[in-house]
Amino acid sequence: MSRAASAARTATGVLGELLITAGTLLLLFVAWQLWWTDVRADMAQGERTDQLQEQWGGVEPDPPALPDQVDQGEPPALPEPEAGEAFGIVHVPRFGDGYQPRPVLEGTSQDLLKDGVGHYPGTALPGAVGNVGLAGHRVTYGKPFNQVEELVEGDAVVVETEQAWFTYRVSTHEIVDPGDVDVIAPVPGDPTAVPTERMLTITTCHPMFSARERYIVHAVLETWQPRSAGEPVAMAQGAG
Amino acid sequence: MYGLLWRALPGPRWVRSIVVLLLAVAVAAVCFEWVFPAIAPFVPFNETTVGDQ
Repeated sequence: MSRAASAARTATGVLGELLITAGTLLLLFVAWQLWWTDVRADMAQGERTDQLQEQWGGVEPDPPALPDQVDQGEPPALPEPEAGEAFGIVHVPRFGDGYQPRPVLEGTSQDLLKDGVGHYPGTALPGAVGNVGLAGHRVTYGKPFNQVEELVEGDAVVVETEQAWFTYRVSTHEIVDPGDVDVIAPVPGDPTAVPTERMLTITTCHPMFSARERYIVHAVLETWQPRSAGEPVAMAQGAG
Repeated sequence: MYGLLWRALPGPRWVRSIVVLLLAVAVAAVCFEWVFPAIAPFVPFNETTVGDQ
């Protein structure tokens, strides 16, 4: 075999090995993104919620809230959280027993959303008049809102904070363009209106694995109760 | 490429196999810990927010 032919063979061999290597690395990346980020985020977010609950004091497991403890007037106003601070925990009974409650952090940067559900700065805080804007991953990084499409009207979204439990009920959902910030306006869809209702809005990606649109769920505050009253009844309703 | 690596490694076949395996695990670990997290922001399938983020 001539020297030139031998060199060509070597080059082809190296090219082949490089392509196989590239393919393997791509598969590894997919495994990391779709599996490993969930493993890591589930662990970290679980630890975060445990820490918060420990810090806030335990909730007696069972006794349902006494009627006179539920919805006693104006909910306590939360102090304005600092950027990155974890100030709440989201529970979604519809997502089933296997669903891990998620910490709510102030801010919605990509980095922050790896650590839990993000609260849009400047939107209302849980319990307040206006619209609590929450963003969370639908795939990867613990995917807090993976099952968002299962939510139907009347489903509970419960936000636990240091002082109180807030039970929101899903009212509507919509699919919008990524630029549609009006969905998290104090009155969703009408940025100039003055809010009178206490709402909560979830934003996540849509369709899954795409950044093309956003899946939006709106909910309205149904009741609140002090932390000492124990878990709200909505928590036990599950995926009924 | 990998042939050169194989020939450059010392010892009998089983020792080389173990070394190659360890190298592969090391490369995967470096990717998982540093390389992939750095690339991930450019993969646009996990954007969840509305507005300019």
